[in-house]
Amino acid sequence: MKVLVQDADFDLGRQSDAFAAGAAGAGAVVTFTGVVRDADAGGLVAMEIEHYPAMTQKALEAIAAEAMTRWSLVDALVIHRYGRLVPGERIMMVATAARHRKDAFEAAEYLMDYLKSRAPFWKKEILADGAADWVAAKSEDEDALIRW
Amino acid sequence: MDVVYFAWVRERIGVPREQVETSAATVAELVEELKARDARYEAAFADPSALRVALIRICRILTPLLRGYVKSPFSRR
Repeated sequence: MKVLVQDADFDLGRQSDAFAAGAAGAGAVVTFTGVVRDADAGGLVAMEIEHYPAMTQKALEAIAAEAMTRWSLVDALVIHRYGRLVPGERIMMVATAARHRKDAFEAAEYLMDYLKSRAPFWKKEILADGAADWVAAKSEDEDALIRW
Repeated sequence: MDVVYFAWVRERIGVPREQVETSAATVAELVEELKARDARYEAAFADPSALRVALIRICRILTPLLRGYVKSPFSRR
């Protein structure tokens, strides 16, 4: 299990390959990548992601450890970026490896749902007209946790 | 106690962290104390349902390891 919190970009292919290569005995590897959505009518220029360094690593490790406990996983990987990101940039990725795909898929979804609602990150959207606003919590994100 | 603010709470109050003298027994009591300070704090804590709080405790070496920190369903945005 590995958790990386960083401002630098990551190479999705290399991370995925290295993760899969290290997951001995796995028959399924699932990866998910979160990307800053491109500007729509609102004209998003950038997303600024703030976090609390003293707590982020610990919180993400707790979420990943819970996934390892709940599903029969060989390994799990979480990478989450912070700082100023522009549309199209990768924000984060999760990878799960298991003997069977059901565990890998479900654990990856669990990680995504919990990272979205329980990780100590705050997102600020910077728009083309200069306006900036913090992204509010969405009730559907909270609702997504109920099924787990 | 050392209080650290993030995101719009920090922006509304105007400082990233500060030392607060308090006798509050709960997070809710601390929030009420802070809200009473001035309009900036009142604005920052106007909607407690939109907040999430983490409490990190420094304790003695023999304190049982129940939890490293306690997180209550509080701030977010």
